[in-house]
Order: sequence, then structure tokens, then C-alpha cells
Amino acid sequence: MEIIQKLFANELIVSILLSLLPLVFIIAYALVVLYTEMKVAAHIQDRVAYMRTGWHGLLQPIADMLKLLQKEDIIPDKADKLLFRLAPIIAFVGTYAAYAVLPFSSIYIGSNINLGAFFLVAVGSLVVVGILMAGWASNNKWSLFGGVRSAAQMISYEIPTAIAIIIVVMITGSLNLQDVTKFQDGGIGNWVVFGGPSPWLQKLMLMPFTIITFFILFVSSIAEVNRTPFDLPEAESELVQGFNTEYSGMRFAMFYLSEYANLFTVSAVGIALFLGGWSSPFGTFMSGPVWGIFWFVAKAYIFVLVQIWVRWTLPRLRVDQLMYVSWKVLTPWLFVCLLSVGLILVL
Amino acid sequence: MPAVGTYFYNIFHSLYTVIVGMKITIKHLFTHSATVQYPTVKMKIPERARNRLYVNIDDCIGCDQCSMACPVDCITIDTIKSTPDVDLGLTSKNTKKRLYVPRFDIDIAKCCYCGLCVWPCPTDCIVMTDVYEFSEFDRKKLIYSFSNMSTDEIAGAQERLKKYDEEQAAKKAAVKAAAPITPPSSKPESSAS
Repeated sequence: MEIIQKLFANELIVSILLSLLPLVFIIAYALVVLYTEMKVAAHIQDRVAYMRTGWHGLLQPIADMLKLLQKEDIIPDKADKLLFRLAPIIAFVGTYAAYAVLPFSSIYIGSNINLGAFFLVAVGSLVVVGILMAGWASNNKWSLFGGVRSAAQMISYEIPTAIAIIIVVMITGSLNLQDVTKFQDGGIGNWVVFGGPSPWLQKLMLMPFTIITFFILFVSSIAEVNRTPFDLPEAESELVQGFNTEYSGMRFAMFYLSEYANLFTVSAVGIALFLGGWSSPFGTFMSGPVWGIFWFVAKAYIFVLVQIWVRWTLPRLRVDQLMYVSWKVLTPWLFVCLLSVGLILVL
Repeated sequence: MPAVGTYFYNIFHSLYTVIVGMKITIKHLFTHSATVQYPTVKMKIPERARNRLYVNIDDCIGCDQCSMACPVDCITIDTIKSTPDVDLGLTSKNTKKRLYVPRFDIDIAKCCYCGLCVWPCPTDCIVMTDVYEFSEFDRKKLIYSFSNMSTDEIAGAQERLKKYDEEQAAKKAAVKAAAPITPPSSKPESSAS
């Protein structure tokens, strides 16, 4: 950060460069995840996925991206042109804004604000607006169904996510994600998922609740990024492609990119809150600002891998089951955890 | 079970089944794939698989049995009788060939790969091969001609047959003129078909 500041004395250039950094990361990362997802999906189904472009198809994601860039941008005749054009941008802005508060390393965080976790929840809802807008503007029944389903799903799953974040905030005592991570620094034992760096008795009492909270955050984060088993908004077999049925070319690519960027965001939130963020699992060994980036990305990647694994294992939920899981299972359990953690902390 | 019990049972049962499913998928993640890289690696096809037809024209005696057996009429055979003075050679089963085969066309686009033409062949010259990659951009290219006779050879054979027939007719007429006991028989009809 300071190197860039020294290189370019101008304040404006520095801030533009710093804000573009995550974009470069997202694109590179989306390519990697795209490749991983296809390969994992194929091998789970006893196939081999692409093998021809480059060694074991390594260049395929780049080819896919180039293909999407070249495709014709079709806007339906009866669509609401303005909203149709605006929707992917809003969806992407919503995801991208979340990167401002992700602590990639002990020295790099886009914006070190005190309300980081709150900002994440608030900005995350912007994606719903984009998706609902896309569903409405397409003037297509499938799209509208997808958009409405997505809105219902994301609103109901925002509540478990928010409560899970509150539980961590209660333990760490800060909404700033950088502080939350620093709180857990110093080895695997200090991670919030194992009770955080507290006296052993308190830790032992906290542990079951934090593990349940982490698990619930994981489930609701999958639901928030609209992935199987919660992929109702884009259920292929029922809704063609849901809200992005009518999109093509660049605009579709933006939705796609925002989906993968969102995937990383929820993983990053999960690890920043529960799994020590950029801190090394071995205490001081392999820790430092550069190792910090490595640990952050590696942990998030493992998180994403598990999400891919879940995706290719489970079938899709029904709409009523989806609501049941959120309102009757995740939320009450989280309330129990919230109360218990509060009690333990007061004691 | 009371309602509360069902609630907890459902939660733990669903978690348990999810874990069972995920165990299965991770097992498959590390097994060998069931597919092959097709154009470079090919799966072995069964021994008696029926694919493209091949005709060993040197063995063909022009008996037309395969064409008659064909349920979709994709085989067209023309024949020309040979004259006694030419020897067409023997087939691999030591039967004498008596007919020229100027045309032996198989429209493989029509072929239904039933294999019915293979069994009647007395000389086993029409066979199913294991070739299955023969798509074409032009449908006409799917009509395979197996005959190895050139147009000159066909014309020559027809000429000779015509001459022979005329000679035979002349002989017959001479015989008739010598002994006109029987009523005049029909005119020579047979010619090159």
C-alpha cells in the first residue's frame, strides 16, 4: 500500500489503483474457480472435463471469457431497456463494494472502517436489487420468477447471516474486520470457531455454539450466492436460467463474474470471522503481510472447494423447504446460540 | 413421535444424509474417469458389431442375393453375362464367376446396419467392418461404388455379349432354316441389361 503511495504521489491515482486491485484479483480468481469447478464437477461424475485447450484444458476459462466478450449483446424488444442495462451493473457493484472491507492482509484492506461487518451485510443486499431488476426488466415469466425467488431467498437468508455476524462481534468486540482478524491472530487455537483466545473454561463452553454458528453461516452463505442446493433463482430445469435468461454477452458475463466474486466474498467473510482471516494457523510460523495474503486466499479457496463439493452432491430444495430451513431451523438455532454466547460472555 | 422429536429427528437425519452423499461424491472425485478422450482414444467395439459394409468385389459373383435381402433396398447391382470365351476366374470358394458386375452400389445413408445382406452371400464377399467414422458433407458421397470395372471394360463386355447373342441368334436361325419343324421361337430378347 505504502509502496504504491510512494510511487504515485497523487492521491487520486493511488486511490484509483487501490480500488482496481480487487478487480484484477476477482478476474484472475474467477478464472481459477471456473476451472476448478468444472474439473471437480467432472471428476465427481467420473468424467475428465476439458482436456484440449492447453495442458488438461488450463486455457479453457480464458477461451470462455474471450467468447463471452465477443458475443452479441441482445436486448429483448419488449424489455425495459434502462433497467435491463442497469441490472448487471448494480449486481456487480453490490458484490464489488463488499471487497472494500475484506482484510486481505495485515497491511491491505480497501477501507479500514469501523463498521466493516455491518457494511458487508448492507451492501450485500444491493445484489438482490440488481437481480430483481434483471428479472423484472427482462419481461419474461421465467426471469420474473427467478428474480422474485431470489429476492425472497436472499432476504430470508440475510437474517441468519446477520445474526451469525453479531455472535462473532459479541465475542471479538469489534465490527472492524481487520480487528476481528487481529483478535484471532496467533495460531489455530485462537480462531473464533474454536472459541477464540479466551480462558480455557470459557473457550470450552463457547466452542459448541461457535461451531454451530459457523456451520449455519456456511449454509446461509451458500444460499446467499444462489448456488445448489439453494439455486432456485436460476433453477435450470424449471426456469431455464432464471433472472439471467434473457442476458447474453458482456451483460451475462457481468452476472457470472458477480456470482463468482460473491462466492469469494462469502467465503472471505466466513474465514475472516471464524477461521482467523489472514493469520497463519501455525502461530508465528509463516506469518507476515505477504503470507497473510496467501493464507487468506488459500483458506477462502478451500471454503469455495467445499461449496463446489456440496453443489455437485445435493439436489435442489423446494421453495417451501428453502423457507423452512431458513425460518424454522437456522434462525431459531442461531437465537439459541446468540443467547448462550451472550450468557457465557457475561459470566 | 411428538412434534418436537420429529423436528430434531428431521434436522439430524438431513445432516446425516448430506454427509452420506458427500462421502460418495468425494469417493468418486478420486476414482478413474469412465470416459475416454474419443478421437484420440477409442473404446474397443464388440466383436460382432455391425458398422460400415465392405464388398470384396473380386469374390462377387453378382448373384443379387444381398440386394434382395436388404430391407431398405440400399444395394443396387447390375450384371452382364460373360461369353464362354472369357474366363472371369474363380472366387475364393472355388466357384466359377459367370457374370460381370459393372455396378455394385451401396447407399450407406439408407443402410440400417441390420446385417441381413451378409448371411445370404454364397462367397462371403459382403461383410460388416468395424469402421464407424464416415460422415460426409455431401450426401452423394455416401453412395459407395464397389465395382472395379472401368467404362471401357463395361462397354467391351456389352459389345461382346451383343455379338455373341447375335451369333447365337444367327446359329439358331440357321438351324431353324435347316429344320423348320417347330414353330418359330421368340426373337432373341436377351441383351445387355
